[in-house]
Amino acid sequence: MAPPVDARLELEAVRLTALYGRRAVVTDVSILFPAHTVTAVIGPSGCGKSTFLRCLNRMHELSEGGWVTGQVLLDGADIYDPGVDPVRLRRRVGMVFQRPTPFPTMSIHDNVAAGLRVNGRRARTDVDAAVERALRQAALWDEVKDRLRSSALALSGGQQQRLCIARALAPEPEVLLLDEPTASLDPAGTQRIEELCHELKGSYTIVIVTHNLQQAARISDYTAFFYLGELVEVDRTEALFTKPAAERTEAYITGRFG
Amino acid sequence: MTVLPLERLAAPDPRRQVLRGVNAGERAYRGILTVLAVLLPLLLVALVSELVASAWPAIRRFGLPFLWTSVWDPVAGVFGAAPMIFGTLASSLIALLLAVPLALGVAIFLTEFAPAWLRQPVAFLVELLAAIPSVVYGLWGIFVLIPFLRAYVVPPLRAALGWTPFFDGVFYGNSLLAGGMILAIMIVPYIAAVSREVLLAVPPSQREAAFGMGATRWEAVWTAVVPYGRAGLIGAVILGLGRALGETMAVTMLIGNRHDIGLSVLQPAYTMAAAIANEFSEATTDLYLSALFEVGLVLFVITVVVNAAARLLIWRVARGTAVGSRAL
Repeated sequence: MAPPVDARLELEAVRLTALYGRRAVVTDVSILFPAHTVTAVIGPSGCGKSTFLRCLNRMHELSEGGWVTGQVLLDGADIYDPGVDPVRLRRRVGMVFQRPTPFPTMSIHDNVAAGLRVNGRRARTDVDAAVERALRQAALWDEVKDRLRSSALALSGGQQQRLCIARALAPEPEVLLLDEPTASLDPAGTQRIEELCHELKGSYTIVIVTHNLQQAARISDYTAFFYLGELVEVDRTEALFTKPAAERTEAYITGRFG
Repeated sequence: MTVLPLERLAAPDPRRQVLRGVNAGERAYRGILTVLAVLLPLLLVALVSELVASAWPAIRRFGLPFLWTSVWDPVAGVFGAAPMIFGTLASSLIALLLAVPLALGVAIFLTEFAPAWLRQPVAFLVELLAAIPSVVYGLWGIFVLIPFLRAYVVPPLRAALGWTPFFDGVFYGNSLLAGGMILAIMIVPYIAAVSREVLLAVPPSQREAAFGMGATRWEAVWTAVVPYGRAGLIGAVILGLGRALGETMAVTMLIGNRHDIGLSVLQPAYTMAAAIANEFSEATTDLYLSALFEVGLVLFVITVVVNAAARLLIWRVARGTAVGSRAL
C-alpha cells in the first residue's frame, strides 16, 4: 500500500491533523512523497485535500483559526519545528493555486522576478537569466519572450497559470505544490500544464491536488485518495486505478459517488 | 407566417388595451427624482456664476496679475493673492508629507498586521478623529501643539537644518509648520479610512500568492497588496488633499495670517480660506469684497483642478487593473 522506499524521501507527513479552531478537516494523515515523482491527491470536494496541501508549506496556519498537529518532514526535518521560519520554508516549497494569481500591476517579467526579489537576489543580469530560465521551464518563454514588459493580464488564463508556475519555479524550490491548477482552464491550457508536470518532475517533487481522475491517472506516479479528511489509500497510480485496495476508493474511481 | 387582415391591425385590440397605462405612483416618483438630480448641478452652476459675478470687479481691475502679485492693501485698494495661494499650497503640501506615510502606515497595520481584536477598535478611534470640530483642533493647536513644537521639535530641527532656507528665522509659534501639522492630523483619518477600505478590497488570493512564493508579510504588502490597490490609495490621498486645501478654522488659528511669501516653515503665512474667513466682516469697500470673492473663486478652481487631476491619475493607473478604484 505504501510507495516502495526506493528514492530519497523528500517530503513526508506523519500523523498530520489539520484543524480550524476545534474542527479537524484533515485527520491523522501519514504519507510519503518520494523525490522526483508526481503524486496526485484525489477525492470529492470538501474532503480536505486542499487543506492538506496547504499544510505542506505552512499556508494553512495563515487561514483564520488554522493549526495543525503531527509532523511534516522535509528531508527529515520537521517543518513545524518551533525554530523553522515558514517564510524560508515556502521558498523551498513553492505553490500554485486554483485560479491564476498574477500580480496585475506588474509586467510578465516582473511577475516572475517578484519570486526572486523576495528571495533577496537583485543583480539585474542575474534576475533576467533566472526569469528566462523559469519561463522556459514553465514552457511559456516562446510565447512571451517578445513582450516581457507588457502586462501579465494580457495573457490568456492558461498562460497566466503557467506564468504563476514560472513565478513559483524562479526561486528554485525543491517541492512544487499544485492546488487544482487546471480547474479554471480550457482543455488546451489543461494539456499544457499536464505536459509541464511531466517535464518538471525530473527536477522537482510535485504534489498536485485534482478533481479530475483522468488527470491524476495521466500525470501522476502515485495517487492518494482522501475522503472526509482521511487518507483512505495511497499507491502507485496504475495500481490504485486498476486494483484499489479499499472499497471506498473503488466506489469513487468508478464514479459511484463524489 | 399568417397574414393578418388589415382591419384587425387598425382596430385597437382590447387585449392590448389591458396592458397599457403607466403606474401613476411610479411616474411621480421618477419625476421627483429627476428634479432632485437636476437641482444639484444647477446649484453648482448658480454658485459658480454668483462667485464669478461678485468677483468680476476685482477680475476686471487686476486681471491675471492678481494671481502672482503680493501686495494686499485694502486702504490703497490694491490686491494680489499670491501669498495666500502659496500658503494654501504650501500648508497642504506639508500636511500631505506628514499625513500620507502615517495614514498609509495605519491602514497597512490595521489590515495586514494587527491582531483581529485590535482592528475594529483602532479603526474606529482613527475615524473618530474626523468627528472633532475644526475649532477644537485649533484650540488644541494653540495650547498643546505650538508649545510642544517650540520646546521639543523646533530646536533640534533648527540645529540640524537651520542652514537651509526652510528652517530660517525665529519661531514664534503661529507658522506654516503649525498650520501644516494641524492639517496633517485632520486629514489622517480620511486617508487612513479610505486606504483601509481599499486594502480590505484586495483579494486574499493576491496575498496568498505572495506568501506562497516565500514573501514575508512586509514583502507581501509591497509586492502584492499595495500595488493592487494603488489607484484607490491615490484616491485616498487626493481626498485628503481636497480637505486640506479648503480647511479654514484650525488653520486660521495656527498659521499666523501674515500676508507674505517665505520659504521658512517656521514663519507665519496665510491661506485663501483663512483670508476669506478673517477679512470678510471688515471688507468695507466693494473692491475689497470683490477681491475676497475672487480669492474664493481661485480656491474653488484649484480644488476642481486637483480633483480632476486626481480622476485622471486614477483612471490612468487603474487602466488594465480596474480594481481598487472601485472602493472609491
